[in-house]
Amino acid sequence: MARTALRGRLSWLVAEVVELIDETPRVRSVVFDVPGWTGHLPGQHVDIRLTAEDGYQAQRSYSIAAPEDGDRVVITVERVDEGEVSPFLVEDLMVGDRIELRGPIGGYFVWEPGSGQPVQLLAGGSGIAPLMAMIRAAAASPGPESIRLLSSARTEDDLIYRKELDSLAERDSRLDITYTLTRGHGPGWKGQVGRVDRVMLERFAWPPEVEPSCYVCGPTGFVETVASILVDLGHPPDRVRTERFGPSGGHP
Amino acid sequence: MTETHVDGNALGGLFIDMFGREMTDQLGCCGECGNVSAFGAVRVFRGPGLVLRCPFCGKVAMVIVGTADGLRVTLGSLQWIAIDHWA
Repeated sequence: MARTALRGRLSWLVAEVVELIDETPRVRSVVFDVPGWTGHLPGQHVDIRLTAEDGYQAQRSYSIAAPEDGDRVVITVERVDEGEVSPFLVEDLMVGDRIELRGPIGGYFVWEPGSGQPVQLLAGGSGIAPLMAMIRAAAASPGPESIRLLSSARTEDDLIYRKELDSLAERDSRLDITYTLTRGHGPGWKGQVGRVDRVMLERFAWPPEVEPSCYVCGPTGFVETVASILVDLGHPPDRVRTERFGPSGGHP
Repeated sequence: MTETHVDGNALGGLFIDMFGREMTDQLGCCGECGNVSAFGAVRVFRGPGLVLRCPFCGKVAMVIVGTADGLRVTLGSLQWIAIDHWA
């Protein structure tokens, strides 16, 4: 269980790629088999370390996108064009490759089924990854939590996990999803248009009166904007948990 | 520049190296403004080192620099840390 792993040094583990899933043209999920993995909570992340032949190392942090499942760890990576690590993970990594990984990490931006409180999830782009771990965990649990997701992406093609989310929402009345597109949409688009703003939050997010736990993850600008509107609307700051991953979609 | 920072969640692994335990849900108080926030919520600016700023007032709370000998941690406005279940 994850809590037992919280004390002491984290050791680097060898993770083998067992599956690659193309989510969008710029985003890929990588499924690792990690012998010795101690389990994790939805919202936690891993550090990934790549070492070049000359010894140069680059380390990045990626959210885990699926709940605990034995030695299986899933991350979802968006390609950052000028990035050191993400182009390798999205384009070059192959099934059977081994890389170094350590975790689970994080005790702040985590959620577990069982509280009974409603949950408001707000995703900017690939910030949906840790929120997807929460949604998948909730879907697999009998808990009463009602989850609302507001997911913002550039275009329809950039909506990550869309098929799975739509089919979960269709089967599970506890899950309510709103999509919004910020950079154009086709004629058949039935979701929202434009950046998440106060009006959109008033219309589609849980109001403060139902005391939801709010989780906001995305690029820094998205998180700053959304978190401050939520607080303005009356959500207590300590119930608005945030995870920023920098300017352009990659964890640092 | 709000676009250049991430938050303390991203340093969770480094905090475990430094403190030997998960720290992102542990609290620190800024001596400048008196506000208490979780380590996971601090603002982190990356340059030659890591500059951690109070999410409320922006004061530099801590600077972490990797040197040839290890880590050099300089404390700024971070006045106290509360760590639960310490044994």
